[in-house]
Amino acid sequence: MADPTRIRAQVAGDKATVRTLMSHEMESGQRKDAAGKVVPAWHIQEVEAKLNGKTVLTAEWGSAVSKNPFLQFNVKGAKVGDKISVTWKDNRGDTRTDEATVT
Amino acid sequence: MKTSIQNRRETLKQSALVVGLLAATGLFPHHAHAAFNKAAFEAKNVADALKALGVGMPIESKGVAITAPDIAENGAVVQLGVSATLANVKQMLILVEKNPTSLVAVFNLTDSVEANFMTRTKMGQSSDVYAVAVTGDGKTFYAKKEVKVTLGGCG
Repeated sequence: MADPTRIRAQVAGDKATVRTLMSHEMESGQRKDAAGKVVPAWHIQEVEAKLNGKTVLTAEWGSAVSKNPFLQFNVKGAKVGDKISVTWKDNRGDTRTDEATVT
Repeated sequence: MKTSIQNRRETLKQSALVVGLLAATGLFPHHAHAAFNKAAFEAKNVADALKALGVGMPIESKGVAITAPDIAENGAVVQLGVSATLANVKQMLILVEKNPTSLVAVFNLTDSVEANFMTRTKMGQSSDVYAVAVTGDGKTFYAKKEVKVTLGGCG
């Protein structure tokens, strides 16, 4: 199981800025190991963000997103105390969901 | 028994065909929950990636903005910001022209999220980076910026 996603959500005016840092290797499938064999791609494919259980954003990612991906987005109408959850799923079928409270 | 299997195969074949057609014409519903678009992410250039996603060739617009460094010392981590001031943006894409596969990310927006994202990407070499916004009426707009990479991040 991968390490938790770090999520910080802060209210700024009528919206909340959400910064997330996921923990994932994001292997591109381009790299070769010492023996010259291609290291197979292993990366997050799908990301979903929810505000109080309601989906606000979905994303599809390729292998070109950096290791330990960072994602920042703004959620309209989020208030202090609201719950933001972020789920990712990688191409091996692993998945992880983490939640944070808007401050 | 044999015939029923054949029927099932036939049906499967047909539905695969329909899906293919939908994707080709761009009628595929984007919010039909995030089926990962493998073809688009494996496309080797910007035009093929857009075609696989079923969006038209975008036109340059001031309503789309991309923030990226002029020079990235480390191609493994290039911070990119994409935003759009256009109304009714449904989808935002990030593409790096000269990467082995051009498409980096697709964001599917809802009404509760702003067309403003920041993330980090890997770049193999100096290249133009595109931010593409797809609006609700199917129009596409882009902004691009050249990023020079001193040390590639794909090798």
